[in-house]
Amino acid sequence: MDALPDAGEVKIDVERLNLFYGSQQALFDVSIAVNRQAITALIGPSGCGKSTFLRTLNRMNDLIPGVRITGSVRIDGTDIYRSRVDVVDLRKRVGMVFQRPNPFPMSVYDNVAYGPRIHGTRNKKKLDEIVERSLRRAALWEETKDRLHQPALGLSGGQQQRLCIARLLAVEPEVVLMDEPTSALDPISTLRIEELITELKRSYTIVIVTHNMQQAARVSDYTAFFLNGELVEVNRTDELFTRPQDKRTEDYITGRFG
Amino acid sequence: MGRRTWRKLVNWIAGVLCAVMVILAVIPLFHVLIYVIGRGLPGLSWTFFTNLPAPTGVPGGGMGNAVLGSLILVAIATLVSVPLGIGAGIFLSEWGRGRFGDLVRWVADVLSGAPSIVVGLFIYSLVVVPMKGFSALSGGLALAVLMMPTVARSTEQMLRMVPREWREGSLALGANWAQTVWRVVMPAARKGILTGVMLGVARVMGETAPLIVTAFGSGFWPSSIFKPIAAVPLQVFVYAISPYPDWQQQAWTGALTLVLLVLMINIVARVVLRDRPGAGR
Repeated sequence: MDALPDAGEVKIDVERLNLFYGSQQALFDVSIAVNRQAITALIGPSGCGKSTFLRTLNRMNDLIPGVRITGSVRIDGTDIYRSRVDVVDLRKRVGMVFQRPNPFPMSVYDNVAYGPRIHGTRNKKKLDEIVERSLRRAALWEETKDRLHQPALGLSGGQQQRLCIARLLAVEPEVVLMDEPTSALDPISTLRIEELITELKRSYTIVIVTHNMQQAARVSDYTAFFLNGELVEVNRTDELFTRPQDKRTEDYITGRFG
Repeated sequence: MGRRTWRKLVNWIAGVLCAVMVILAVIPLFHVLIYVIGRGLPGLSWTFFTNLPAPTGVPGGGMGNAVLGSLILVAIATLVSVPLGIGAGIFLSEWGRGRFGDLVRWVADVLSGAPSIVVGLFIYSLVVVPMKGFSALSGGLALAVLMMPTVARSTEQMLRMVPREWREGSLALGANWAQTVWRVVMPAARKGILTGVMLGVARVMGETAPLIVTAFGSGFWPSSIFKPIAAVPLQVFVYAISPYPDWQQQAWTGALTLVLLVLMINIVARVVLRDRPGAGR
């Protein structure tokens, strides 16, 4: 693997992205190429725009009134902000795991089957299959196979987050966005999720926002450092942590601020 | 007196004051309930629910037709107002942020404060006059107009209480707004919505004024929704202002019946719509 991705490996190509909340600018000229089948971590202090940036990749920011965007975000070469893009279809391809586990108030089974059902799968046998496969991939099958029809909100926090990942995998996305997926979990659950993320890399393009630099170092292939809405530096993770090019990156990773 | 003792004393006084206020607020409620039970119970019998009203002095008269009539009227009102009210509530909570939403909200609030006799007259001119006669249908519609704002505003409030995370989770899976509202938001809020509907039912069950000019009342069993129909509050009204003690007794029992009806509908609705296994929190 080269220091920076070459064109054939790029899944998401962001160019000069600016984002405004009303008159307040939150992202400044962000340009980054995200590799397919790799994990890209976004780090930076609170309020630096990393979560906002993540949410531009599946247009979740559309939900907030008054958001304006300039620049382009291409996924497989298609700009997702051009008018003809179907947002529903985009979100099916680009899934998201949130900071706080948010399983729906229904059974474990119904949670995982939710995506396939809204996208038209009715066949019971097929749904059973999808549910089992997704739970297995999220390393949750063994713990839940006897309680598939119990409320999902009865699971532990870590299990809930893995359930959310299973729910996402059930719609077979290409890209998985994770917004601090372990910040609400204990260390053991965190470890399990990290193992899971590493496992998922084989089939998915993963972008993960994290507060935790050790986590970025542990799981990611590439790391991008954000500060005050700007992308300061992006590089292979080992490079970025051992030989940061920018003084601000160095200050941040050595703990001088943030 | 030390600071600590002073704080304890103030805390104690505040606690006692709260308790007194609660008791004062609850006394009238229980008083009404106990009084209605006390006066109504002596007249309560099986025949009260199975027989038609009888002239004064004739024993064995009942309100069977009025009980059935009230249930029919409230059923019509519920059938009309619940879909419309829930629809309006969904609109207000999910899309009603702009001016139009504020307008709808304002209209609903004004409507819920409108005197019920005005609503009755509105339906009188809109339904009773063109159809050339009092009817159960017009009575049900009048009650529906009275129920709708309650259902709409409580639905809106209950939907707004559903965590944003669930909406986002659903949308992030590629669901559209309609799917998200229908499959995640509504089920999560169903208990609250039901409570709103029940409040509406309880309110219109006792309405008398609008029924005078719409359902009109009747001494017979209901036969058609296009004919006048009896209702418990109407019957209570007629009996209560009469000079005959046996009718007055029937009025008290009718009042008790109203309370029991609301209670029963509440219980049935809660049992029917209780959490399915796997759905609950």
